[in-house]
Amino acid sequence: MNKVVSGAAEAIRGVESGMTLMLGGFGLCGIPENCIAALVNANVNDLTCISNNAGVDDFGLGLLLQKRQIKKMISSYVGENDEFERQMLSGELEVDLIPQGSLAARCRAGGSGIPAFYTPAGYGTEVAEGKEVRYFNGKPHLLEHALTADFAIVKAWKGDPYGNLVYKGTARNFNPLMAMAGKITIAEVEELVAPGELDPNTIHTPGIFVQRIFQGPQYEKRIEQRTTRQRES
Amino acid sequence: MLDKIGIAKRIAQELQDGWYVNLGIGIPTLIANYVPPEINVEFQSENGILGMGPFPYAGEEDADLINAGKQTITSLPGASIFDSDTSFAMIRGQHIQLTVLGAMEVSDRGDIANWKIPGRMVKGMGGAMDLVASADNIIVAMMHTNKRGQSKLLKQCNLPLTGVRCVKRVVTNLAVLDIGPGGFHLRERAPGVSVEDIQAATEGRLIIEGDIPEIRTA
Repeated sequence: MNKVVSGAAEAIRGVESGMTLMLGGFGLCGIPENCIAALVNANVNDLTCISNNAGVDDFGLGLLLQKRQIKKMISSYVGENDEFERQMLSGELEVDLIPQGSLAARCRAGGSGIPAFYTPAGYGTEVAEGKEVRYFNGKPHLLEHALTADFAIVKAWKGDPYGNLVYKGTARNFNPLMAMAGKITIAEVEELVAPGELDPNTIHTPGIFVQRIFQGPQYEKRIEQRTTRQRES
Repeated sequence: MLDKIGIAKRIAQELQDGWYVNLGIGIPTLIANYVPPEINVEFQSENGILGMGPFPYAGEEDADLINAGKQTITSLPGASIFDSDTSFAMIRGQHIQLTVLGAMEVSDRGDIANWKIPGRMVKGMGGAMDLVASADNIIVAMMHTNKRGQSKLLKQCNLPLTGVRCVKRVVTNLAVLDIGPGGFHLRERAPGVSVEDIQAATEGRLIIEGDIPEIRTA
């Protein structure tokens, strides 16, 4: 089993205009930097991107927004991005904002063969518009449908040629859920190791969910809000 | 009148030993600094960590360790890290004992609006809708009035809702109020603030019963 490809350009082969992509990450933490850069260089547009956030103006998905390659964003929180806000308010960009927990669950459902599920999140709000409401234990719930994508693009800390993945810190976030929900899942990793080097007990994403894997040549790992404390003297 | 730190200190008094707590962005984040020393609570951040610690020392920031506000953090002994679905299982499944979040408006039935100003601010709800729809114990930390001096404690929210009938308690710079039958029940008033001041700053139905003690933050 060898799913290793040469790099981001080969990994995104087959991504076409109009497709739906899932991209892992929370803020700028755990985003597939190298694949985003390759998408910026590829001649693809009218993309629907499912990602918790939309990057910042000059990094992450903000780079695709700048080049107007995204037609629609499906996210839970898109602050910190002026260009995004401008495109959304002017109607150039279609945006579907959904509660973060529902977004995570919809991705997991999409990869798990569960077409839809009920959740209390969003009842009584504009998120509920057009959605079936059903009461369980006296409490109203909304029917939410699973999400899938033509390509899911995730970032992990370590991976092996089988596609097994291990994430580091809070860079895990949406990555394992989206990895399950792509027709083709691309994993970019900081360190590609030999088969057997990863302890099977500690693998977060089993390789079955991953079709292509490569080691990114470099990671900027930009910090969005650098907060520190003073050392006690 | 309380400042933001005063609000945080007052809410910190609600914490109980052994609780798991989710703090929203803004004033709620400050609460972590005022946990009574004799108790132990674990802070959850919905991007996927339990056992969140203080900000790192300069030079020790880790881009792979942030909170839901995207700030660099540390983890404490006993911390755990998980994916976003597991994180919201903790929230939806009511494994978290207390949720504290900010708000733009709260109604006297416990409705909350804190995610959108139509035509102006488009940031998204993040995890707020999941939190308020499922949490048993929700405290709102906010200023009593907005920048234009208008009450944020209303009969009905004007802004798009985040959740309905979910807020249990509101702690503001002026007062501590519980949401119960009939509206906002005034429980405590901030130092130097009269019941009349609170009445004047509250647009929603306000219920005043008996003597209203002063908030103690010491």
